[in-house]
Amino acid sequence: MNKFLNPKLFSKDVEMIPTRNGYGDGVVEAGRANPNVVVLCCDLVESTRSLPFAQAFPQRFFEMGVAEQNMAGVGAGMAATGKIPFISSYAVFSPGRNWDQIRVSIAYSNLNVKIMGAHSGISVGPDGATHQALEDIAIMRVLPNMVVLAPCDAHEARKAVLAAAKYVGPVYIRFTREKTPVITRPSTPFEIGKAVVLREGSDVTLIACGPLVYEALLAAEQLSKRGIDAEVINCPSIKPLDKKTILKSVQKTGAAVTVEEHQTTGGLFGAIAEFLSQTNPVPIIPVGMDDTFGESGTPDELLTKYGMRSKNIERAVSVLMR
Amino acid sequence: MLIRESKVRQLEVLANTIREDIVSMLLEAGSGHSAGPLGMADVFTALYFHVAKIDPKKPRDEKRDRIILSNGHICPVLYASLAHAGFFPRSELKTLRKLNSRLQGHPHRGSLPGVENTSGPLGQGLSQSVGVALALKLNKSRSRVFCLMSDGEQEEGQTWEAAMSAGKYRLNNLVGIMDRNNIQIDGQTEFVMPLEPLSDKYRAFGWHVIEVDGHNIRAIIEACDEAKSIIEKPTLILAHTTPGKGVDFMENDYLWHGKPPTKQEAREALRQLRTLGGRISSEHE
Ligand SMILES: Cc1ncc(C[n+]2csc(CCOP(=O)(O)OP(=O)(O)O)c2C)c(N)n1
Ligand SMILES: [Mg+2]
Repeated sequence: MNKFLNPKLFSKDVEMIPTRNGYGDGVVEAGRANPNVVVLCCDLVESTRSLPFAQAFPQRFFEMGVAEQNMAGVGAGMAATGKIPFISSYAVFSPGRNWDQIRVSIAYSNLNVKIMGAHSGISVGPDGATHQALEDIAIMRVLPNMVVLAPCDAHEARKAVLAAAKYVGPVYIRFTREKTPVITRPSTPFEIGKAVVLREGSDVTLIACGPLVYEALLAAEQLSKRGIDAEVINCPSIKPLDKKTILKSVQKTGAAVTVEEHQTTGGLFGAIAEFLSQTNPVPIIPVGMDDTFGESGTPDELLTKYGMRSKNIERAVSVLMR
Repeated sequence: MLIRESKVRQLEVLANTIREDIVSMLLEAGSGHSAGPLGMADVFTALYFHVAKIDPKKPRDEKRDRIILSNGHICPVLYASLAHAGFFPRSELKTLRKLNSRLQGHPHRGSLPGVENTSGPLGQGLSQSVGVALALKLNKSRSRVFCLMSDGEQEEGQTWEAAMSAGKYRLNNLVGIMDRNNIQIDGQTEFVMPLEPLSDKYRAFGWHVIEVDGHNIRAIIEACDEAKSIIEKPTLILAHTTPGKGVDFMENDYLWHGKPPTKQEAREALRQLRTLGGRISSEHE
């Protein structure tokens, strides 16, 4: 097994932790390391996992009420005054509702605000389409100055938060609600702008972000039984993109599948396609939400209905191999 | 609009049945919001079964009154009311939040007859209502718009943008009804973000304000009536409610904002509702 992977990954007792917990742990650590770290939240303290910080540093925690646009502006003001604000809500509200405030007050001003979007993806489940952020990568990626991260598990989420706290400038990180497999190890390296090859292969490159990295790894296992040797890249840094790692892989394999819990327009697929079309055009098939809104259901049912399973990845590979 | 005491009694019983349905739906769904829907059952009953002109057989009738739900998370009370009113079979209530259901976790315009608007993300409903009210005026329609909203969403700037525009256009065909239950997710509203003085704020924005006990069906109906006679302004009915009303262990506890009852809790809740808090003996036990 790859040295970056959790040795228990494919066993039944693999640890299941939601990536939002990585934010909860990471931001407390960041707060301990740097007294300038502050947290703002909009009436979702427990479910976003801002609570541990609020308890550890009550003086540096700000309850903003149900007012995401104000929170983004207040975050900008605090950053302009030397603080490192982590502003936290569900991704549909922040960066969803407060996009213009983020664009102007944070990104254009290049201020050091960290936008923490919880409950991204269709795996939000029964709350339904209104609460499932499937556009957040696109609307953040399009903003100049913005860093965009989509960690695959709780370990990586924690590291992403710590990296964001050290990095100077606006950062968006998306988290998920459901318990998902711990894919990496505590020692697995994480760097803004770096992708990691989790499995080497020569026939096709699977590029994934978020908890769906697990589905990509499962697909690679299945494909290997059919004699197809898939390379799997975990790409948590959607912006900046690790161009070197991606280019090197597709130059070897000549084809790619992107995997994301997001609209296939404007997200990871968009980022990869935009890059490769200018450097090394290869056929790429996206696995993700196909230009439709979600609905209520269990996370499992929804991921299956909307085609974000290892089977869908295998099918995409079959099409590429034809 | 005079209402006989016997009709009020009838509505009270109906509100209680709607509360029972809410508890059963939430138990079956395994997720969702308890406190808000139970607290607003009396307001919904007054509106859907006495005040508003609606016809379940003609859910898109141009002449209908519009009931816009802004705080979409309390949709179990909306769905139960619509089912009782005859917009769709009551048996469908148990599909709440399930895959392929018309009863989405938050209301979706187009999924279910009787649902006028999409909501869930807070603070959008009053703007939608202002739009409907303006269009009705352009159409010279005599229909009214009732916008149900929560106290928590008064924290959204958009609510005040909408309130300002409603004041500007003197939308006397618009009635806002606020669920003033004093709770939101992180605690008491006045602790999370002080909202008071709410009546003065709306008055300052050009609204007529009426405060009522949100569990007094007669008072709610009379307030909706009074709003008709205010010809130069929109009206806000500030309905003081008890979150989780009717189930003692849920009442006034913000921790019941966003969770469903367990099987045992649901059994106890239904027992309390069926006996009206022990005042009558239950036939169902
Ligand atoms: C724009 C927006 N931000 C955050 C949320 C998450 N949220 C759902 S309900 C709620 C609490 C709002 O308080 P209130 O509506 O008064 O709740 P209730 O009285 O029903 O408990 C919040 C913050 C949301 N739905 N929409
Ligand atoms: Mg409330």
